Amino acid sequence: MNDVLNLVLAAVILGLAAWTIVAREAYAAVVGFIAYGLLLTLVWVQLHGVDVALTEAAIGGGLTGALLIGAAARLRSTEARARAERPGQATRWLAAAFSAAVTGALAVVVLLLPVPAPTLAPEVVAHIAVTGVGNPITAVLLAFRAMDTLLEAIVLLFALIGVWSLAPDRAWGGRPGLLQPVDPNGMLAYAARVLPPIGIVAGAYIFWVGADHPGGKFQGATLLAAMWLLVMMAGLADAPPTSRAWLRWLLVAGPLAFIGIGVVGAVHAGAFLAYPEGFAKPLILVIEFALMPTLTLILGLMLLGAPRRGETS
Amino acid sequence: MTAGTLFGLCAAALIGLGLFGLIVNPHPLRKILAFNVVGSGVFLLFGAIAYRGAGAGMGGDPVPQALLITGIVVAFSATALAVALLLRLFDETGSVTLASEPPAPAGKDPGAD
Repeated sequence: MNDVLNLVLAAVILGLAAWTIVAREAYAAVVGFIAYGLLLTLVWVQLHGVDVALTEAAIGGGLTGALLIGAAARLRSTEARARAERPGQATRWLAAAFSAAVTGALAVVVLLLPVPAPTLAPEVVAHIAVTGVGNPITAVLLAFRAMDTLLEAIVLLFALIGVWSLAPDRAWGGRPGLLQPVDPNGMLAYAARVLPPIGIVAGAYIFWVGADHPGGKFQGATLLAAMWLLVMMAGLADAPPTSRAWLRWLLVAGPLAFIGIGVVGAVHAGAFLAYPEGFAKPLILVIEFALMPTLTLILGLMLLGAPRRGETS
Repeated sequence: MTAGTLFGLCAAALIGLGLFGLIVNPHPLRKILAFNVVGSGVFLLFGAIAYRGAGAGMGGDPVPQALLITGIVVAFSATALAVALLLRLFDETGSVTLASEPPAPAGKDPGAD
């Protein structure tokens, strides 16, 4: 039964990926990509990666999809011209041959993977008790490989700075996104009033439960960011001007707290980001709580894009 | 065939499909989409390898799975930056062509802000 489900999943995913590549309209391609991301979520569940599944659903399918669909709608007028620039038949055949060769080489690698497979799972099981958290993924993210997570938070921050620096001079420090005229009694405004309380509770739950079960700050922060975006899209609140000091402090608070705890570890536990004995769980909680608002804001603001209007408009 | 092998092969095909789209599609937004297909293929390949590393009571090796979460988030930030660049190019020039000599759109100097 499971084998049949897996085969069907793989076939549908390949079909949707092909649609994403060959579809004539970018909008249709993006819709295919969103469906593809949601089905990938099922694949992650089949591969026993529930934490990855949650991340894929929230960020890979959800946020990336929303970002691309907005871009596709704005760039619709440029598509006809791009079609005229399609490369010739020879280039297409060469590209197909090259892609097929890469796929073939990777397929050979997949079939020749070593048996038994190398794994770090026993190592994680042996040391997870020291961290005080019950979810092995959280233990890896915030204890065994905390450096990756710190750098990831910094990469997110730098990407947002990169997006903001694309603002035209007159909009620098202004509000991102466009103010859309929305019917205050419409369906969107209604959803933006009803959904956020539920979404915020769900986001906080996913965040909190991440210590011992699948979930965590990225998935929770994405849900909170989605609720924030919904309220802004419905016109119930406006995006904050990017020059606000409170906003900028909140954006750097998470990484700064993370680095601060890392330095404490360097002094008291002998290595950067090492936790003093017995303090692992509380310190992990402090990092998670500090990162949560930062991640929510960064993910939401990244979707809004560069500032495009002044502070007042 | 185990789920690991099946989805590993599926991932290899996804990477090939994405590469093809990346080369052949002239529209930058479609290139970003194709790049995301390549990216998810790479993630899926890594996930299949994590699945093979199941052991010690866990369904998959948690270390690659945690790295995957990091990877997905970083891929999103890279996509957001790429889309922002593209939209700025569109706002400036009214066109998003990657051709080496784009004809200047009428009435607008591409270099001016």
